Amino acid sequence: MTSETEQDWAALLLRVRDDADRGAFALLFRHFAPRIKAFLRKSGANEPLAEECAQEVMATIWHKAHMFDPKRASVATWVFTIARNRRIDALRKSRRPEPEDLPWGPEPEPDQADAMVLQQESRRLGEALAQLPEKQRSLIERAYFGDLSHTEIAAETGLPLGTIKSRIRLALERLRHQMS
Amino acid sequence: MTIRHHLSDPLLMAYSAGQLPEAFSLVVATHVSLCDDCRARLLAFDAIGGALIEDADQARMAEDSFEATMARITGLPQAEPVRASRIMGCVFPAPLRDYVGGDLAAVRWRPVGMGVRQAILKTDTGATARLLHIPAGQAVPDHGHRGMELTLVLQGAFRDTEDRFGPGDIEIATEELEHTPVAEPGADCICLVATDAPLRFNRLIPRIAQPFLRI
Repeated sequence: MTSETEQDWAALLLRVRDDADRGAFALLFRHFAPRIKAFLRKSGANEPLAEECAQEVMATIWHKAHMFDPKRASVATWVFTIARNRRIDALRKSRRPEPEDLPWGPEPEPDQADAMVLQQESRRLGEALAQLPEKQRSLIERAYFGDLSHTEIAAETGLPLGTIKSRIRLALERLRHQMS
Repeated sequence: MTIRHHLSDPLLMAYSAGQLPEAFSLVVATHVSLCDDCRARLLAFDAIGGALIEDADQARMAEDSFEATMARITGLPQAEPVRASRIMGCVFPAPLRDYVGGDLAAVRWRPVGMGVRQAILKTDTGATARLLHIPAGQAVPDHGHRGMELTLVLQGAFRDTEDRFGPGDIEIATEELEHTPVAEPGADCICLVATDAPLRFNRLIPRIAQPFLRI
């Protein structure tokens, strides 16, 4: 597969869900497992723990494939939420209460158009993030990957807390502007 | 329910990134359960996490990583789609019911003086979560904060120097705010409160009682 677009990931995940398709899962694994492991390493997990947790996250993706909703999140976003929860559990030994589900009633037919719009927006968001000034982008990445509060980032980078907060705020404003 | 006071971007982002102490996450999850606006904003913050994962470095996987993962998969049963959803007639949304062990009637209140009652919920040590029951018309003792305090109204309403806060509203109080929330006449006010440092009471008696009451 040469052009691996988000469309392909969602289709592969549906093949895992519907047909327990190992081949489709292998492609998802090759793409996402090394990224999940890198995410866990940056969050402070050592090599064996990051390897173990990345495998567990991939196994969760297989088991929870029926809960993936392409109208609500891209595959990458869904993978991120699973990896994040595993990190809180394994590294912080803590819990993260989740919001309750919306009372949608009977599940409507999957709407291909909604899923398409969401994939386009995910791509635009990725581009917008890539275009942020490096100083802003790296702080956003630290906030998500570093398992550090703003105060801890301040202590580690030597930047004043106010600077960190305002850079993150500017980054979010810029992302909003790009997405509107 | 018309919600006028919402979660801030930094709080939603920290919740999405998984960086909040459990007590704060509980308040965020409870508010998001009630507020479609903040739910949509949260999805956007999760999408930032997704874009970062997509763009992340790639670590080298172990030789047998894929086979080991397949072995994990066959060793585990298929996950059931358990999703807590809204139950009509409940005062507490699902994440809060999990911590209380039921709805409002299941709360084990303890008096803290002046008719105010509280129940501390068990969370990790980074911050404290509690339910407060303030009789209609009653004030909560004057207090400031050393850290951040999140107050989510579940029933009734209160006013302080900032504004009026009704069901679903969240007040984000920082060090600077010294306030005396007063419950409105009518229904008793029930709030979920998370603090990351002990409250600082301005009168002597509550200050002495504080270490014992854990407020």
